[in-house]
Amino acid sequence: MATMLSPDTQTQSKAGRFGAYGGRYVPETLMAALEELEHAYAEAKADAAFQAELDLLLKDFAGRPTPLYFAKRLTESLGGAKIYLKREDLLHTGAHKINNALGQGLLAKRMGKRRIIAETGAGQHGVATATVCALLGLECIVYMGEEDMRRQELNVLRMRLLGAEVRGVASGSKTLKDAVNEALRDWVTNVRNTYYILGSALGPHPYPTMVRDFNRIIGVEMRQQILGKEGRLPTAILACVGGGSNAIGAFHEFLSDLPGNDKVRLIGVEAGGRGKTLGDHAARFEGGVPGVLQGTYSYVLQDENGQVSLTHSVSAGLDYATVGPEHAALHDCGRAEYVSADDAHVMEAVVKLARTEGILPALESAHAVAECIRIAPNMPSHDILVINLSGRGDKDMGIIARELNIQGAQGH
Amino acid sequence: MAIQFQHHPGLVVYLSAGDTGLTPRESHAGHAGGAVDLSLTREIALAAIDAGADVIEIGVPYSDPLGDGPVIQRASERALLRGTRLVDVLALAAELRAARPQAGLVIFSYLNPILRFGLPAFVDAAAAAGVDGVLLIDMIVEEAGEYLAEMKRVNLAPIFLAAPTSPEERLKAIVEHSQGFVYAISRTGITGQQKDVETGAAALVERLRRWTHWRGLPIAVGFGISNAEHVAQVGKFADAAVIGSAIVELIERSTEEQAPEAVSRFIRGLFTQGLHRQHEVQALEQREPASL
Ligand SMILES: Cc1ncc(COP(=O)(O)O)c(C=O)c1O
Repeated sequence: MATMLSPDTQTQSKAGRFGAYGGRYVPETLMAALEELEHAYAEAKADAAFQAELDLLLKDFAGRPTPLYFAKRLTESLGGAKIYLKREDLLHTGAHKINNALGQGLLAKRMGKRRIIAETGAGQHGVATATVCALLGLECIVYMGEEDMRRQELNVLRMRLLGAEVRGVASGSKTLKDAVNEALRDWVTNVRNTYYILGSALGPHPYPTMVRDFNRIIGVEMRQQILGKEGRLPTAILACVGGGSNAIGAFHEFLSDLPGNDKVRLIGVEAGGRGKTLGDHAARFEGGVPGVLQGTYSYVLQDENGQVSLTHSVSAGLDYATVGPEHAALHDCGRAEYVSADDAHVMEAVVKLARTEGILPALESAHAVAECIRIAPNMPSHDILVINLSGRGDKDMGIIARELNIQGAQGH
Repeated sequence: MAIQFQHHPGLVVYLSAGDTGLTPRESHAGHAGGAVDLSLTREIALAAIDAGADVIEIGVPYSDPLGDGPVIQRASERALLRGTRLVDVLALAAELRAARPQAGLVIFSYLNPILRFGLPAFVDAAAAAGVDGVLLIDMIVEEAGEYLAEMKRVNLAPIFLAAPTSPEERLKAIVEHSQGFVYAISRTGITGQQKDVETGAAALVERLRRWTHWRGLPIAVGFGISNAEHVAQVGKFADAAVIGSAIVELIERSTEEQAPEAVSRFIRGLFTQGLHRQHEVQALEQREPASL
C-alpha cells in the first residue's frame, strides 16, 4: 500500500518506491526471483566488465550513440521553436527497446538463465528480445495479444525468423496488458529456470528502475549533444509514454542536479485514442486513478469497482492501462507534464514528419511529434524542443496505408 | 466465530462469486448495474458447508487474474459480465454468515478492487458482514503495513500465501503475519488442476511447521488439489486442503439447477473416499486440534 515517502524521485527507497508509487504486488511465488534479480542487477551494475560488454554491444551491434538531428524543414514549416530529433529510430531493430533488451539479456546470461520470456505490444520489444536471444544463444518465448499480432504482423514474422516462439494471447482485450498477464503466469510456473525480460519501466521492483537505467543513455547522450550544438539546454523534451521506458530514459539525466536541468520542461505524451470516454484512450493521467496493476502501484484506467478498463490507441505500444510508477511520481510532484495526442493528430504527424524530413516515425513516437506540432508554432524561435523519436514506422505501414488510403500494387 | 477445521484434513472450498457457469438461467444471464443476484453462489456455498466444507473462500472476480489458470479466468470473466462487484460479494458474505454461523468465511481477492473500495471501508464492511479472514493473492508481507493495521483494527484474520520458492526468512514473516491458517501453495504455478500432488508440497509444509508449530497455526495446502486421492495425500502432512478449480469447473459444466447438488455430492465423495470427521480420528491422532 502507499507507504507515503517523500515525492522526490531521487530518494528511492529500498522497496523500489517513487514517492508513493511503485513497490511489489505479486504472487508470493515470484518474490524469491525478484529478490534474486535485484541482487544480480546490483552486482552487475557495479561490475565494470558487465558495463564494458554492454557498452560495446550498444555501440557496435545496436549503433549507439544515436544522432541528435536538427529538423530544419519541420522547424521552418511550423515557424516557432527550433526542433531536434533524438534518433532512437536509427537503432538496430528500429526502436529504443534494444537498449533494455541488451542489458537484460546480458544479465540473464550472467545469472545462468537460458529460457527467456517477454511480452510485447507493438512487437518492438519482442523483436529486440528475439534479436538479443539469437545473439546470445538463448531460448526465447514472446507473449503477444492476438489483436496486436494482427496489427503488427510484420514484427510477428521478424520474431519467428529470429527463432523466437510467439504465443498469441486471446484473453481480455488481446493487447499488451493481457500479454503481460500471460508472461507473468509463465514466470510463476517456470520461475526456477526462466528470466522475464520485461519491456518497459513497469511492473514490480526492480524492473522500473532497471529498465530506466538501461535507457538512461538516451538522455545522457542528448544532454551532451545539445550542449555541443547549441551551447545550452533545450526548453523542453517531448517523449511518448506507453509504459514509459523511452520517456524516462530521455528525462532521467535531466532530473539530476546538473546546472540548468531544473529549467528544462519534460513533456510526456500519452495516447488520446478516439475520444475521452473510458475505454477509448490510454491517457492514464487524464482518466486513471492510483491503483495496483501487474505488480506496481501507479495510475490505472479502471472503473468504479476497481476493474481495469479496456483501452484504445492506434498504436499498440501505447495501448496500455497503467503507466510506469516513476512517471506517476513525476506527475504528482509536477516535475514532468503529461498530455495526450489523439489518433487523428498522430496520423497527421506521421505525414508531416515524412514529408518535411523524410523520416517515417513509429505511431508511438508520432504522439510526441503531434504534441510538438501543437506547441512549437506558439514558441519563440530561440526556444529549443527535442523530440525523443523512439522508433521507426516501417512496422506500421499497413495501418498507415489503410488510415490514409495509400494505394499499393493494386492502386493507380 | 473463527476459522475452525472440524475434519482432518480440513476442507477449504473456493468459489468464484457471481459465476453461474456456461448455462445460466435466463434471469441470470448478462446484466450490469445495480445489485447482482448472487443466489446461485449462495446456494452452492450453503450446499458446500452442509456437505462438510469448513471454510468458504469467496473469490472476488477481477479483470486481470494473473495468478489464475484458465478455469478461474473463465469464471471471473463470466462473473464480471454479469456485473458482479465487491459490494455484492460482501452482501453475499453477510447472508452466508446469517445462515451458517459456524462456517469459516474468507474473502479471496486481488488487491485493486479492494484499493478502489478503500481499504478502511473494506475491512469495516467485511467485519460487519461477519467475514473471518481475507486473502489477497498479490499482497506480500513487505507491502502489508497499512493492510495489517486495518485488519487488526477490526479483528479480521489476514491469510498469506507461502510458496515452494519462499526462502526461510520469508516463511517466518508469512507465518508471523498470518492468522486463521497459512496457505501453502502446492507447486510453483498458477491455479488449476494437476494429476498428482507434488512432493514439494510436503517439503514446504515441513518447512512451515518450524514457524507455525508453537502457535498451533494450521496449514492449508492448495493449487491443483482436485480429488479425494489428493485430499487424502494432503492429509498425511497438512491440516487442510483447498479445492478451487475442480469445483469451479464442476459448476461451469453443471446447469444452475444441478450445480448445488453436484458440488454437495463432490464434497461428500471426498469424505467417503478419504476425509474423516475430526472426532473419529481424534482418538488416533496426537496432533492438537487445528484452530485459530
Ligand atoms: C517505438 C516505440 N516507442 C514507444 C513505445 C512505448 O513504450 P515505452 O513507453 O516504454 O517507451 C513502444 C512500445 O512498443 C515502441 O515500440
